Amino acid sequence: MSDTTKREALFQAKVDSEQKIEPKDWMPEKYRKNLIRQISQHAHSEVVGMLPEGNWISRAPSLKRKAILLAKVQDEAGHGLYLYSAAETLGTSREQTIDDLLSGKAKYSSIFNYPTLTWADIGAVGWLVDGAAIMNQVMLCRTSYGPYARAMVRICKEESFHQRQGYEIMAVLAKGSPEQKEMAQDALNRWWWPSLMMFGPTDANSPHSAESMKWKIKRQSNDELRQTFIDRTVQQAEVIGLTIPDPDLKWNEATQHYDWGAIDWAEFNSVVAGNGPCNKERLAARNKAHNDGAWVREAAMAYAAKKAERKAA
Amino acid sequence: MSNEALFTYTLRLADDLLILSHRLGEWCGHGPVLEEDIALTNRALDHIGEARNLLTYAGEVEGKGRTEDDLAFLRNERQFLNTKLVEQPNGDYAHTIVRSFLFDAYHLPLAEALLKSSDAQLAAIAGKAVKEAQYHLRHSNDWLIRFGDGTEESHQRAQIALDNLWTFTGDLFTQDEVHQAMVKAGVAPDLTKIKATFDATVDKVLSEATLKRPVDGFMASGGRQGKHGEQLGFILAEMQYLQRAYPGATW
Amino acid sequence: MSDNPNNWPLWEVFIQSKRGLDHKHVGSLHAADPQMAIENARDVYTRRQEGQSIWVVPAAAISASQPDDAAMLFDPADDKTYRHPTFYTMPEGAKYI
Repeated sequence: MSDTTKREALFQAKVDSEQKIEPKDWMPEKYRKNLIRQISQHAHSEVVGMLPEGNWISRAPSLKRKAILLAKVQDEAGHGLYLYSAAETLGTSREQTIDDLLSGKAKYSSIFNYPTLTWADIGAVGWLVDGAAIMNQVMLCRTSYGPYARAMVRICKEESFHQRQGYEIMAVLAKGSPEQKEMAQDALNRWWWPSLMMFGPTDANSPHSAESMKWKIKRQSNDELRQTFIDRTVQQAEVIGLTIPDPDLKWNEATQHYDWGAIDWAEFNSVVAGNGPCNKERLAARNKAHNDGAWVREAAMAYAAKKAERKAA
Repeated sequence: MSNEALFTYTLRLADDLLILSHRLGEWCGHGPVLEEDIALTNRALDHIGEARNLLTYAGEVEGKGRTEDDLAFLRNERQFLNTKLVEQPNGDYAHTIVRSFLFDAYHLPLAEALLKSSDAQLAAIAGKAVKEAQYHLRHSNDWLIRFGDGTEESHQRAQIALDNLWTFTGDLFTQDEVHQAMVKAGVAPDLTKIKATFDATVDKVLSEATLKRPVDGFMASGGRQGKHGEQLGFILAEMQYLQRAYPGATW
Repeated sequence: MSDNPNNWPLWEVFIQSKRGLDHKHVGSLHAADPQMAIENARDVYTRRQEGQSIWVVPAAAISASQPDDAAMLFDPADDKTYRHPTFYTMPEGAKYI
């Protein structure tokens, strides 16, 4: 056996026996690359995800909702930060990672390329988008790479109120005036299918899945997670009297799961390719924040250097 | 002391925080670096928290059953009593920091003085606010010093922001009849004392930041009487839109 | 890690959640100077009353053991079970020991 094969076998044995991989451990280059790609995509999603929701902070309909939304969007910034830090343990810099986002080279979750048109969208995003994200995140708390798993544990703890606040918004709207209920149903109609797409392509068409499962970066397949999400969410929609916009949705006694209709993968691919309703706005907003902040970051470093010099003198 | 004066005074305190919080909230997701995005939102959350306590109390003082949301979302432009400083647009990050610094340098000694207010509720609200205000002032003064003593560009931007916003500092310390009645009743502090602390803080920080204190020229006023700049109407149009579009709805 | 001198360095953050407990590593962040690192740590890592004291350390100042040395460093302690109290048999009936 060559050295690399030996190391790979040792590495795989560690993963198989549920030992976490830590930053200084030897790891296959593809494992490292795969992780960097996944963690930074995840970080970018948190940060870009601030935009569609942040959008409604200034228009939140009560002071309580405004405070909650501020805290929630702020949490997303924190989650982005934890994840960028986790990616840095793999030998990337935050700057490089962010540059890849700003140049359009790196991807982020396509869901954030949809617009938040009404207040009910803030409810739908919390309930469905965070709900779908949590399914993934809970799984990732047990991912094989230590720093990623630790970041996810912290994120899951903080996320727990996000889905609930969204569902509460929807519940209140659904119980409100006919106009409010209509607003809630319309938001569910628009966000349902994109939320299902968040779990990624079907297992048969998922390019990175097999390796990710073998390395225990991922621990459940896209389709499994999607099905669990549907089973849970249908029940929640019933409780608040909203209708899932899928005529094919039907409980299946034999499988003990819901059967459901077909995802429009052409739409998914088109949004991923950059043709969603808000791709350009999202990237433009991130680029503007980054560029406008350049002099601020520079000033802080210049002052720190002066201060250190004076201290040394 | 009339309830009306106490109501007006409490609204003045509340509206400063409500409007400043609204402005800071506009930064959320657009900050110069993630860490600072989070820090700024923490301030927005502190301010909105204090504003809510004050608005709820104002509603109780008024005694007409108005809630914090009624007062925030259903008053019009002329009924808002915040100082003009806090409604100023965010501008570049130097304007945002200078606006907060000037406010913090006033807010901290004010909150400290309100601890001794004869009004038990205002004193209790100030109890929580003091700790937050200490942190806010440290955050804004640290940044102002970094800008002033940082790069040539940051120094220039900070000085411009200071020159632009200085005109709004006079209004922080005007003492009209309502205020005088509050001072007499032991509810509010004499603002000349707050001004002395404000001046000392400003001089100390500006000197460390190598920035020039602007000359006291024309001072904009009117905010406390509900005479604002054109900006406030836009803030309210945005902030109040849902409550106005769906009267009586629950959210 | 980065060549651009305007990028803020990385800091490791340690939080003590209660008086009397250890400071525990919670994560990292970027800051231009120590003061900012402490303030950022407060804003990023104690939003939910997680702490009452903060340490920040420049990530570049931390030296770490190499995983390849783990066997050499830590395995020799394996057979020294006499360092643990459960190694010893106490006479029946003896108290407070």
